[in-house]
Amino acid sequence: MASAQARYTDAGPEPLLANVFEQIKKNRLDLAMQQVDQLIQSYPKFRLAHLIKGDLLLARSRPIQAFGNVRNAPADKIADLREEAIARLHAYREKPQTNYVPRYLLQMRNDQKYAIVVDTKKSRLYVYQNEKGTPRFVADYYITQGKLGADKVREGDKKTPVGVYHVTGSLSREKLGDFYGSGAFPISYPNEWDKRNGRNGHGIWLHGTPSNTFSRPPKASDGCVVLANQDFDALSKNMQIGLTPVIISNSIEWLSLDDWQAEREALKKQIEQWRSDWESRDVERYLSHYSKKLVADGQNLDQWSARKRQVAGGKTWIKVATGNISMFRNPGKDDLVEVTFDQDYQSNNLANQMKKRQYWLKESGRWKIVSEGAG
Amino acid sequence: MSDRRFFLAAPLASGLMLAFAFLIGPAYADTLQDINKLLKQGQHSQALEKTEQYLSGKPKDAQGRFLKGLILTEMNRPQEAIVVFTKLTEDYPELPEPYNNLAVIYAQQKQYDKAKQSLEMAIRTHPSYATAHENLGDIYARMASQSYDKALQIDSANASAQNKLAMIRELMTASSRPAAAKPSLLAAAKAQVAAILPASKEDKPAESKPATPVAAPAPTPASESKPVVGGETNGEISKALEGWMAAWSKKNVKGYLGYYAKDFQTPGGESRAHWESDRAKRINKPGTIQVSFENLKVTLDNGSNARATVKFRQHYRSASLKTSSNKVLVMVKRDGKWQIQQERVGK
Repeated sequence: MASAQARYTDAGPEPLLANVFEQIKKNRLDLAMQQVDQLIQSYPKFRLAHLIKGDLLLARSRPIQAFGNVRNAPADKIADLREEAIARLHAYREKPQTNYVPRYLLQMRNDQKYAIVVDTKKSRLYVYQNEKGTPRFVADYYITQGKLGADKVREGDKKTPVGVYHVTGSLSREKLGDFYGSGAFPISYPNEWDKRNGRNGHGIWLHGTPSNTFSRPPKASDGCVVLANQDFDALSKNMQIGLTPVIISNSIEWLSLDDWQAEREALKKQIEQWRSDWESRDVERYLSHYSKKLVADGQNLDQWSARKRQVAGGKTWIKVATGNISMFRNPGKDDLVEVTFDQDYQSNNLANQMKKRQYWLKESGRWKIVSEGAG
Repeated sequence: MSDRRFFLAAPLASGLMLAFAFLIGPAYADTLQDINKLLKQGQHSQALEKTEQYLSGKPKDAQGRFLKGLILTEMNRPQEAIVVFTKLTEDYPELPEPYNNLAVIYAQQKQYDKAKQSLEMAIRTHPSYATAHENLGDIYARMASQSYDKALQIDSANASAQNKLAMIRELMTASSRPAAAKPSLLAAAKAQVAAILPASKEDKPAESKPATPVAAPAPTPASESKPVVGGETNGEISKALEGWMAAWSKKNVKGYLGYYAKDFQTPGGESRAHWESDRAKRINKPGTIQVSFENLKVTLDNGSNARATVKFRQHYRSASLKTSSNKVLVMVKRDGKWQIQQERVGK
């Protein structure tokens, strides 16, 4: 399992933490103590490290039975720290392989320098850099999610949403209370797809931690994604407001670069087909790209088709150009991809330019449009 | 201070006679006995007065200075007591008792690092000194408690009545000290510390056993699994995979689902029923399905021959989709049958 993963960063407390447990396992308690002291020196507010230190000290005076041997300890707090230890070690030991990418990042726009992918099951946030269209791993951080986990459905359910979002703003430390630490980046929950599926709520942010806290338990927020302040600060440098995608998943699906390439090419081809069928003025061929479940500009497929057939008669030529395409797959079991692009439409009697957002869903093996509108 | 644990090893008189026959002349023994009596009776000022008188004639005398330190401690004048005991450790570095008593005072002031250092010195001068060992244990427990307070953001100081550390009341000669080395607490503690490893409850195969306290440390790091190349298991698993894929390809949903363990972890964490109906829907889609695998790699989980991580390349072809992907299964053997507990795409 210890294959070469040199490209992945060893920043953060995980390497030291893993060492501490490694030494405990080997019964080298003196070394474990040295390393936990180092850990506390680097991260003085890291509660998990203090708990381990407590156990190591207590072990010198009497046999200890469990993780966190505190008399009258609040059991939930011990359990939280235990969960944090497991989450951190787990993510550290099972770092993604370098030749694999999250399936969701099918196509980043040229101007999207970074993308963020969250794995709620692993309590981990991964940062990818856009390297000429290929996502390249940059860093990963421990995160806290909603008290009741992921898959947000409604306001106040204390869950973190799962889906394709982007950063919509930036709130500075000065504007917020200490609770949010270094600051906050609101994200675009609920998105078009959420709204269509009846999901509601608001105020889902990525944010920091209070000044007396290094990190919070894996499940502790009201639905926000919470990072350690130093991690938040590092992340801030890469954030482009209104642009940086934030994709939150239950459990990231990883694809080899080959598989990823195949998936994106297949969808790209389909989008290109849609574009050229539109230009062909063969309205039925064009409409064959739309799903029975289509909702576009408030119209269903029948209404949409009727309108398209109606305007088709007056066209002697159509030119459609699509630029700046982004394609982000929605985490979950449906083959659903959010596609955005700049559309330049020219025809004999109408011309317009717009930003467009479509959702493509694979139905019986074919990609079809289930949602279309201004992006 | 009244409830302090006293460490009185030998009857006072004989102890003292024995102890300092070589340091002090017999003539002074009576005075020291008197002082001790006063101290025991709680007549601190008289005891102190008498000690000062005694020391004016013998300013270097260890026994007198030691008593002075005790009296000052009893009188709740810790700073002066610290000075007395510290000087004693400088003049008589081979004596463990002043170090021990210094530690007790430091501990009262919550200066645990200093207390610990003093006790370590006491033990260095006399490695089997039981009181110092016990006190050091208490110091560690208090330091642990401080760490726990920081970890849990609580204040346990009031919640738990802490043991008082033991002051040593007498100076003894080396020969009169308890000879038997105390069985090391550390050994016992060490054997148990494995218990604090946070054993994962899920998908960390190598660590999924709750750590047994006394388990011998594994010779290899426990997080590594041993690959098993050997025949039987590999064959069994390969067979199970073939059966699973055959049921899949034949669209035998019941047979297919039968290859999943009762506690199979559904990919999105959804309910088993939901997952099953979803699988059934997909498998029952029109058109043929063909599933096969190659490059099978089976890794038995450490210390188990009923749980394995199974990796292979899966080729899947249906009417609408043809893919090859790397699959990872965690399989468990139940009633002689290998079943799938986890299934994921990827590395």
